[in-house]
Order: sequence, then C-alpha cells, then structure tokens
Amino acid sequence: MVRAEPVMGTVVSLDIRDQGVPGAAVDAAVAWFHEVDATFSTYRPESEISRISRGELSRSDGSAEVQEVLGLCAEVTRRSGGCFDVQLGGRLDPSGLVKGWSVQRAAEMLQASGARNFFIGAGGDIVTRGRPAGGQRWRVGIRHPEIGDRVAAVLEAGDLAVATSGAYERGEHIVDPRTGRAPAGLLSMTVAGPSLTYADAFATAAFVMGEPGVAWVAGIDGYAALAITSDRRVVWTPGMAGLLAGSAPAPR
Amino acid sequence: MPSAMPIRPAATLAATAIGVVLLLAFRTPPAAPPATAVTLPSASAAATPTATPSGAPPSAGSSPTPTATPTAAAGGLKSGTFNGQTYSDQYGNLQVQLVISGGRITDVKLLQYPQNEPQSAFISSHALPLLREEVLQAQSAKIDAISGATFTSENYAASVQSALDLARA
Repeated sequence: MVRAEPVMGTVVSLDIRDQGVPGAAVDAAVAWFHEVDATFSTYRPESEISRISRGELSRSDGSAEVQEVLGLCAEVTRRSGGCFDVQLGGRLDPSGLVKGWSVQRAAEMLQASGARNFFIGAGGDIVTRGRPAGGQRWRVGIRHPEIGDRVAAVLEAGDLAVATSGAYERGEHIVDPRTGRAPAGLLSMTVAGPSLTYADAFATAAFVMGEPGVAWVAGIDGYAALAITSDRRVVWTPGMAGLLAGSAPAPR
Repeated sequence: MPSAMPIRPAATLAATAIGVVLLLAFRTPPAAPPATAVTLPSASAAATPTATPSGAPPSAGSSPTPTATPTAAAGGLKSGTFNGQTYSDQYGNLQVQLVISGGRITDVKLLQYPQNEPQSAFISSHALPLLREEVLQAQSAKIDAISGATFTSENYAASVQSALDLARA
C-alpha cells in the first residue's frame, strides 16, 4: 500500500509491503500528520507553536505533544552546545525536530497496527522497518547535493532512521543559532540511527557545526553521520561505513 | 543498525582515510531552464519509475512475508495528467502537474516555478528538481527512498494537493 500525502509543507510517503494492514491504520497515520501540522506549523498563525511564539499561550499551557517536543528540543540544544535551538530571531521554531518526531510516531502507530515491513518518508527524512521484499534490504539513497536526480551514496537498512540537512533547503536556510548566519563548510549532513526524532535534530545541529559535526555525531551512542563538504569531500563515521552499500559512495 | 563508536577527534577520523573520498566527475548543475515543464531525470540516474518490484512472490519461510505486488494508492487515483492550482509567494508562482499511472504518481512536472529573482533562480535550479523526488519515491529501480534536504513549501504541497484532488474526484 502506497500513499503520498501533501502535508507539513512537503509530501509524506508511506510504503507498506505487508499484506493485510488495515487501510484505517494508514488513514490514522495520515490524520496524525495533519494534526501535527495544525499544532506545530509556523506557517499557520493559529497553531499552538505560533500562539506560543506570540506569547498568547504559555508553554506550560501547551498540549502534551507540544511540551514533549519542546522538551526534546531543549535536550538537543544542550547536547549540541546551542547549535540547535528553537529560538531563532525572537521566533519559536521547532521544525528541525518536529518532522522527524512525527514520522517516528507514525512508524510506531503502524507497527502497533501490525505492519512490519514499510518505510515512511517526509521531506527527505526516512524511517525504514523490516524488508521491502523477501531477502532484500531497504536501500536509501542520500541525495546528491548539486545534481538533482542523482544520489551520492546508498545505505542499506532494515530498521533505521535517516535524516539529511543541507545547504539546498529553501528560503529560510538553516541558521546557526549562535551567530544568526548561515553556516559554511558543508553541502549536506546525513545522520542515521535508531530514532528519527534525534536523527533529524542531530542532522540539523551537525550541519551547523560543519565538518566537526561528523565527530560530534560519532560520539553519540548509536548514531552515524555522513557529510558532504563544500569542497566536495565525503566524510563519514566508522558507524556509517557499516551501512553504506558497497565500500564507497557512488563516484558521481 | 550503526554500532556505537568511540569518541575520536576529527583529525583522527580524517587520517583513517577509509571515510574520506573525493566525489569524482562532479558536474556543474544545469542552468535553470525557461519556464516550461521540467523533464524527467536522465536514464542513468533513474530506471523504471516504480519503487516496488512487481510480480515476484515473497520468499518462503520468513515471517512476516512482505509482498512485492504494487497496489493502487489508497483513495483510488485515476490515471492521467492533472494540473494543480497555482500558488504564489514572495518567491514567485508555483504550479505542479502530476502524472498518475496504475494508481501511483509517476512524475511531477513543474509548470510554473519561481525564477525571477536571483535567490529564486538559485532555488529553482537546485531545490525544485530535488523536490520532485519526494513525490516520486525514488525512481531508480535500485533505491527505495531518498534522504536529502528538500524545499519545504506550503505552495508546493498545496499545488500537489489540488492536483491529487482532481485525480480522486
């Protein structure tokens, strides 16, 4: 079963290979993403996040989801030395963690409904579970940062979360919360690990750090990184080496 | 699953050499085309436009047994070409066209995309071709999904939604 749902400013893809997963389970996951959008979208003035940002609602009066997300963001702020932060230019913006968190939750919902073999992708952040088919592993390409229809590397996975932050995001480019400016040094940063909630936020923080972000991720138990630098080198952690299909990224 | 790794300084990481490689033949990206539909990715990057291998029965014995049979997307999309509505913001106009076959989206064309201002031209030449991958679920027969930073745009999502609404009607 395949669904492509425009939501959260991007398109969420759900691809479930098990037979017999109820359509209602997929519908519930899709509805969840719309709930997340309504609660967290900074594009929607009536969202809880927008209201908290304007001071119309206090954080402690926010919903359980909002408090959970802001708590997770605070944790990543601490772990990253401020390279990830929800406060940017007087605005509250947890987008660097919300997308991964919402996909992680949706994956748990599908598993609770009996799905064992699926992937969910939302704006380039991915969770895989199980196998695409018997004897195969999910193959996740890391987008080439400069050539739109190419991949720079391929990961092979069973259960994995993969998130990529890059210089090629639109409009509001990633900003270093410490300086207020766009970071230099990397074209993209990919983080893989057990939870997309953390992979998403770690990728954002590590992209801000530049090449030292690779070592930072290497020091986080269970997480691996692959970065493409502005001078077109690919650097990855030993943990990522075990995930790469073949021995090196594709040379194109 | 990635294994836990000991903390190493970055210099040591670079010195191990196994993790550092030059991307060869790094082509310069094509210039942004005039305001017509963006064409399909080249054949060398993308094979048949289905992410799901078709027809092959699952291997016996393993439990659970995932099926490789492609199924129509929930909501029963009609086949054909569907133009979304045009949405505008400070970057310009954005309008997508969906090509749907066998119940799934097989291509996304950009009928209008922002390219008037220098920043928008950059966005158009780098980000919008990448954005198509999200809807297409990685056209290469060997890749199931693509991880990459994308153009997050309410207008893109809205235009895709309006085209999907036509395909479901």
